[in-house]
Amino acid sequence: MENRRSLAHAVLMSLKPETEAGDRVGSEDCVLLGIFTDIHANRQAFAACLEAARLRGVERIICLGDIVGYGADPEWTVETVMDLVERGAIVVRGNHDNAIGSLSESMNVEAQAAIEWTRGRLSAAQRRFLAELPMMVAEDDRLYVHSEASSPSRWRYVQSAPDAARSMIATDALVTFCGHIHRPALYSMSVTAKMTSFVPVANVPVQLLRGRQWLAVVGSVGQPRDGDPSACFVTFDTESREITYCRAPYDVEAAARRIRDNGLPLWLAERLSVGR
Amino acid sequence: MAKQLVTPGAEIDGFTVGECVHSGGMATLWSVTHPDIAVPLLMKIPRVSEGEDPAAIVSFEMEQMILPRLSGPHVPSCFGTGDFARQAYVVIERIAGATLYKRLPDLPLPYEEARALVGKIALALADLHGQNVIHHDIKPSSIMFRDSGEAVLIDYGLSHHNQLPDLLQEEFRVPYGTAPYMAPERLLGVRDDPRSDLFSLGVLLYFFTTGVRPFGETETLRGMKRRLWRDPQPPRKLKADYPPWLQEIVLRCLEIDPVWRYPTASQLAFDLGHPDQVRLTGRAERLQRDPLSTVWRRRFNRELTVPRAKADLAAQLASSPIVAVALDTVEGSEELHEALRVTATRILATLPSARLACVNVLKLGRITIDRTLDEQGQNKHVDRMVALRHWASPLKLDESRLTVHVLEAVDPAAAILEFADVNHVDHIVIGARTGSMLRSLLGSVSAKVAAEAPCTVTVVRPPRRAALAAAASSEDSSSGVFPST
Repeated sequence: MENRRSLAHAVLMSLKPETEAGDRVGSEDCVLLGIFTDIHANRQAFAACLEAARLRGVERIICLGDIVGYGADPEWTVETVMDLVERGAIVVRGNHDNAIGSLSESMNVEAQAAIEWTRGRLSAAQRRFLAELPMMVAEDDRLYVHSEASSPSRWRYVQSAPDAARSMIATDALVTFCGHIHRPALYSMSVTAKMTSFVPVANVPVQLLRGRQWLAVVGSVGQPRDGDPSACFVTFDTESREITYCRAPYDVEAAARRIRDNGLPLWLAERLSVGR
Repeated sequence: MAKQLVTPGAEIDGFTVGECVHSGGMATLWSVTHPDIAVPLLMKIPRVSEGEDPAAIVSFEMEQMILPRLSGPHVPSCFGTGDFARQAYVVIERIAGATLYKRLPDLPLPYEEARALVGKIALALADLHGQNVIHHDIKPSSIMFRDSGEAVLIDYGLSHHNQLPDLLQEEFRVPYGTAPYMAPERLLGVRDDPRSDLFSLGVLLYFFTTGVRPFGETETLRGMKRRLWRDPQPPRKLKADYPPWLQEIVLRCLEIDPVWRYPTASQLAFDLGHPDQVRLTGRAERLQRDPLSTVWRRRFNRELTVPRAKADLAAQLASSPIVAVALDTVEGSEELHEALRVTATRILATLPSARLACVNVLKLGRITIDRTLDEQGQNKHVDRMVALRHWASPLKLDESRLTVHVLEAVDPAAAILEFADVNHVDHIVIGARTGSMLRSLLGSVSAKVAAEAPCTVTVVRPPRRAALAAAASSEDSSSGVFPST
């Protein structure tokens, strides 16, 4: 518990000192955002990302959902996110967060087993926090959503340029940030509705030009599936409009051991080390 | 879309607009000034109003993304960009002089002049590719020269950056570019192969040395597609005095399959810098185009020209380095030569597109007048070349991957460093002098090279036992071999 407090505290202490954290929600100040998604109760990965974000000078945190599911540290992870929200972070709901309070959410066998296990671990307050998360949040010319913007509660995957186009047509936001698919991607649509798709290169900033719409699929913190086992998050500079995909190596074996020790499906532990 | 704000005297983000210096189909160019910037500046404004070519917007966006990331003498420096929210522009350094387009009335150029010119452009391309960018519009009007001699590549509206989204990916149904210079794979939608630029440069070299464009001036897609199966007339058919080494270089650049072209612009520049070392193949002597049977096979077996899996630009460049081995053919021991050979073998085994330059320094006296003949009356230069080839023969390298060079210099380390710099060498392999007596008296060549080289340096020593034996024998006889200079 002490560890959690100090970590979240450290991240937030790097915020501009002269303003209160709460004042920044919806503010138009130019800031460096740190955007996390699909944490999936992986404490080691989330802690490594928070620390990497702090070192990069991240001033505000956005979480695109799926805080729980798959991983073995849901209490710590939800508490940490709740703490970040108190200090000004924006969080939206993912399908795993939704499944905690909704028995109708359909999932594969392993995911379902993890959700049932997780449900028993969380306090009533934590479950309520997850159930009450908004589906989408718009801020300035940006939109935050877990799956995609055309029909967020259907949890559709953005796997191709046409999928991305469907989401971008549904919103006026110039930049949509989403997660859900666990593989980083960056799509754009020109004023004549021509699409581009791109697999971002870690640590190379890309300026999201104002002349077109963009959809940034953020890679997963707690269960990367693009073949790179290190945790993924992005930073976005609201002034230069540069997005940077970042990778944070973490103690994969410790996270896998937690999954095995808690009797969760073994595959959920094994896939962490291969990033699939 | 924002209204055009640009008129002479207007001020945009601190830049004061001067006269309009060029008005093209895609953009207008204005001379601008800024109180904090001393160099002459140009502001490029895309044509974005109703009815203009939509390509203008996308090309501008690509330049807006790519230009601020480029650096070095071969690109115009970028001093600012503005986006469509207010006024779209990029401000770049104004390069003095005209583009190569102005030289078209002088064609064909003398071979030597064209060789030097295209060599400089190849070095500029190598530098650009090293910055993860494929130009995709190499042609005379995209090339300028600084007063200091370096080629500068301008216009990045059609370029591809290997680490940024490619906004031209799906923009156009037909490939966009300059038809006479476009590589065949571009017609199949390939935009990520740096060797496409080498093809365009080959077209330019062909044109500048023969006065004729190898694929004519066709602008239709149908006409352009012919280059997927039809090779151009060999230059020697057009000009009987065309040097075989030059035809070898030109036709290698114009190979239909990128795999048969030079693997990198640096390797092309290397051949242009050493015409006497160009390995001649069947291309050099060719007087006719490929027979129709070959052309038909290419045309009706399109799987031969299917685009390959996405190549990683940086990985491709890294797999095709120029490796220089510095050999002391006179004082180096056989053990050291063997150790150098083992190291070279290991490097070349993992890099099938690497090329090897064997370098030897013929040391000149500071005061004495050197004779090119040794005591037996043999040409020292030729002797050294023979010794270098002899050293390399156990490597069993394809001749096109091997060159030998004898440099004449007072200071061997300085000569090796200059060779590495001029030829864009990626890796130097050099032996350490074993005789401690000689090293202490003459200084260490390898230490100076390792300390000052612009690239990776591997310093090789013989295995311990062999080194001990060699040192013992060299100190025994050191007074005898100590040179008089």
